[in-house]
Amino acid sequence: MTHLPYIAASYGLGLVLTLALSLNAAWRLKTARARLATLERSSLRAVQPAASSMDTPSS
Amino acid sequence: MSASPTLVARTGSFFHRYANPGRFLKLGARLQPWLTWPAIILTLTGLGWGLFFSPADWQQGDSVRIMYIHVPAAMLASGGYAGLAVCAVLSLVWRHPLADLAAVEIGPVGACITALCLATGSLWGKPMWGTWWVWDARLTSVLVLFFLYLGHITLIRAFDDPQRGYRAAAILALAGAVDLPIIKFSVQWWNTLHQPDSITLTGAPTMSSSMLWPLALSTLGISLGFAALVLARTRAAVMESRIQALLSSPRRNQGTAA
Repeated sequence: MTHLPYIAASYGLGLVLTLALSLNAAWRLKTARARLATLERSSLRAVQPAASSMDTPSS
Repeated sequence: MSASPTLVARTGSFFHRYANPGRFLKLGARLQPWLTWPAIILTLTGLGWGLFFSPADWQQGDSVRIMYIHVPAAMLASGGYAGLAVCAVLSLVWRHPLADLAAVEIGPVGACITALCLATGSLWGKPMWGTWWVWDARLTSVLVLFFLYLGHITLIRAFDDPQRGYRAAAILALAGAVDLPIIKFSVQWWNTLHQPDSITLTGAPTMSSSMLWPLALSTLGISLGFAALVLARTRAAVMESRIQALLSSPRRNQGTAA
């Protein structure tokens, strides 16, 4: 194959960029999904006791 | 006279149907595998075909194989910026919140693909032209596009108030869109070292089908990959803004204070 170093450098650059962007996107999605689930669970827990205390008669 | 405001309002309500973050996340999660898996399969097939099975060029030898990565990168560099301009219109005219988030996420991906286009162009130019770079109209206009992407990335994050950043970056995206026809027609308007387009919408392609098929597959695959990346990043951005909203909600702050 002629001009092999130029071809290898082009495809290598493409591969490195694709991997970097894909891994970054996957990591962001995974972190955000986990953090959002934790926050929504804790805010639900905070809302439920408040709602049940409002239901309880004061007498 | 009243038709155009009605049309604007109708178009606005169409776009705002998908402005709901919950609806967007649901639709995005469903769409993600349909973009990602075809992107991987088509890109690997197209690049593998181009690299190992397509013929070498009688003049350029094997260096023509750089085309299978350079041409899709060049198309997406312009296509990504056109996407930024569409987001800018959606943001400025209809104040679409997802358009701003999508613009934030398209910028870095577009800048990376433009950098890849410039780098692979240089790597192709050195053995063919004997130089890494010439200041001809096509190369220079793509370099300007790269700087426009960098300017957009910087401007959109430059203000304490994100809304001001979104507005300023949207105006830059619209003004910079004038570079897109310059890139497209530069090889016709000026005498350039860069070759004219081999594939046009109006004429028959000037390359053999044994090269055209792997190029079409890699272009389609890399385009779907670009869309998949932008969608994944936008989904993450929507979730991150929801996290910010939850963290700064008064109820949560009261709980923390208690």
